[in-house]
Amino acid sequence: MHSFVYTRASGLRQALDAARRGGRYLAGGTTLVDLMRETVERPAVLVDIAGLPLRDVTLTADGTLRIGALARMAEAAAHPGIRAAHPVVCEALELSASPQLRTVATIGGNLMQRTRCPYFRDVTAACNKREPGSGCPAREGVHRTHAILGTSRQCVATHPSDLAVALAALDADVRVLGPGGERAVPLTAFLLPPGDTPHREHALGPGELITAVDIPPHPRPLRSGYLKVRDRRSLEFALTSAAVALHIRGGVIREAKLAAGGVGTVPWRLPAVERRLIGERPSNRLWSQAAARAADGARPLPGNRFKTELLKRTVERQLRVVGGGR
Amino acid sequence: MPCERPSTDSASVRPNRPEALSGPASRRVFLAATSAVGGVLAAGPAAAEAAPLNMEWAASAPEPSTCVTLTVNGERHTLTMDNRTSLLDLLREHLGLTGAKKGCDAGACGACTVLVDGRRVVSCLMLAVRLEGAEITTVEGLERGGRLHPLQQAFIDQDAFQCGFCTPGQIMSALGCVQEAHTGCAEEIREWMSGNLCRCGCYPNIVRAVEQAARGW
Ligand SMILES: Cc1cc2nc3c(=O)[nH]c(=O)nc-3n(C[C@H](O)[C@H](O)[C@H](O)COP(=O)(O)OP(=O)(O)OC[C@H]3O[C@@H](n4cnc5c(N)ncnc54)[C@H](O)[C@@H]3O)c2cc1C
Ligand code: SF4
Ligand code: FES
Ligand code: FES
Repeated sequence: MHSFVYTRASGLRQALDAARRGGRYLAGGTTLVDLMRETVERPAVLVDIAGLPLRDVTLTADGTLRIGALARMAEAAAHPGIRAAHPVVCEALELSASPQLRTVATIGGNLMQRTRCPYFRDVTAACNKREPGSGCPAREGVHRTHAILGTSRQCVATHPSDLAVALAALDADVRVLGPGGERAVPLTAFLLPPGDTPHREHALGPGELITAVDIPPHPRPLRSGYLKVRDRRSLEFALTSAAVALHIRGGVIREAKLAAGGVGTVPWRLPAVERRLIGERPSNRLWSQAAARAADGARPLPGNRFKTELLKRTVERQLRVVGGGR
Repeated sequence: MPCERPSTDSASVRPNRPEALSGPASRRVFLAATSAVGGVLAAGPAAAEAAPLNMEWAASAPEPSTCVTLTVNGERHTLTMDNRTSLLDLLREHLGLTGAKKGCDAGACGACTVLVDGRRVVSCLMLAVRLEGAEITTVEGLERGGRLHPLQQAFIDQDAFQCGFCTPGQIMSALGCVQEAHTGCAEEIREWMSGNLCRCGCYPNIVRAVEQAARGW
């Protein structure tokens, strides 16, 4: 690990100031400290924000569910308000990392976590994300866990967050505070696909701070849930995952919101599946027909071709869990 | 309050006790020092030249360090440490509390689990400089007046270890698991103890030990 100066932010303004002068936010540290030890990250100054007052979960006047960026993953997962309205969020959180990581890891840090691509984590390897222009050894090398959707010539790494998949399905916004004030960015626009600039991963400007995640009100109550498929039962990242939220009334699907994880360079919304579901009556046949479109546009590599079929089955299974089997 | 140690106190990569240079610890020190050099190499040729001198150089020009007061197993400590020091290295290398183990040093095995302000955390990813005023509990702090903690006793009763390397982390994590009341059934315990790997595969007995302790809670 390279040495660094440690500072603790006493307020939002101090945090922004310190970051504008080149400081790096430290929330739970479960991504940053790990990558600093690998010397993938080499911040000269750490700005500890864990004590800032951005930890609450609140309901705003218009019914938006606001989760503070510094709420710990464990706290958000156990929050009765979130669980009642959006179990998919709590399930995604509880299937993430481990209990002793979730006590310190934060919601904001979770969205900002870096890819688990082994070449990215190995400073002796080439990697376009870590060293722009150095190449992408994953393409020809080990890429079993890599993305099949949203990839580019430059990078095929997945975004590893489970939470982000649930939030993408629910049309959540990321609230961002900068020198010019606060703005809301849709999560699906906040995380960037690699394109020609895989080192640019998010929409934050220099020094900007995530203050909260907003889940908008859904006037039609949603049933929701998260399914994560992985190499072992727990403490493992997704090979594939599905966040499913449905509103069914009078035996007809009125609303369908789906996103997939473990397969995209960013959390992957599934509009083709959603379109196939809306206006239809739930049935096992429908789940299977709709899920058949989950991998539309996929461009797998030789080592992760299995994900195309696995994704469809993951989506089908979770449609059955949330929408009912018949 | 004055610090117990001078500010040349070391990072995890540099031994602060002479005895760490001999005996079984020397290999770890060598490996750690090597990886630090690897990191410097990546920074460019100029840094690479300086790398072999790193340890001498550090002695005369201390790395950024911070004075922190924290409580470990009820005992207050004030010490100045290199900012890079993890809580795990603070416990093991500076305070001589070697109960918490270094398995992966990356948050993925749970061997280093301790309680910070009553909640279980992986100490390998926790920078010690953040812990001003914090209360740490390690496995060494569980027994009371020579009597084992019920969880320690349960691990013995249920034969919940073989080599024992993962056990301190398992016990501290189990303490969190029981306090969080995730002990409804064996399946629940398995999931909420899944942050702790056991290379010897003692999982069924570990689950039974947690069940035993939870019954008497
Ligand atoms: C062994 C292991 C297994 C894991 N498994 C999973 C898993 O299965 N699923 C999953 O989703 N995740 C998993 N994770 C990742 C884990 O969830 C993240 O490390 C964690 O959520 C990051 O949050 P943090 O608060 O610790 O972030 P930090 O490490 O403190 O920060 C991460 C990054 O975000 C920036 N940052 C933090 N907060 C803010 C903010 N408010 N505004 C702007 N920037 C900010 C930091 O500067 C840094 O660049 C795993 C991690 C480990 C170590
Ligand atoms: S997939 Fe992306 S992160 Fe992995 S080596 Fe290629 S460029 Fe780097
Ligand atoms: S040593 Fe900390 S989790 Fe493995
Ligand atoms: S008892 Fe050997 S690793 Fe668990």
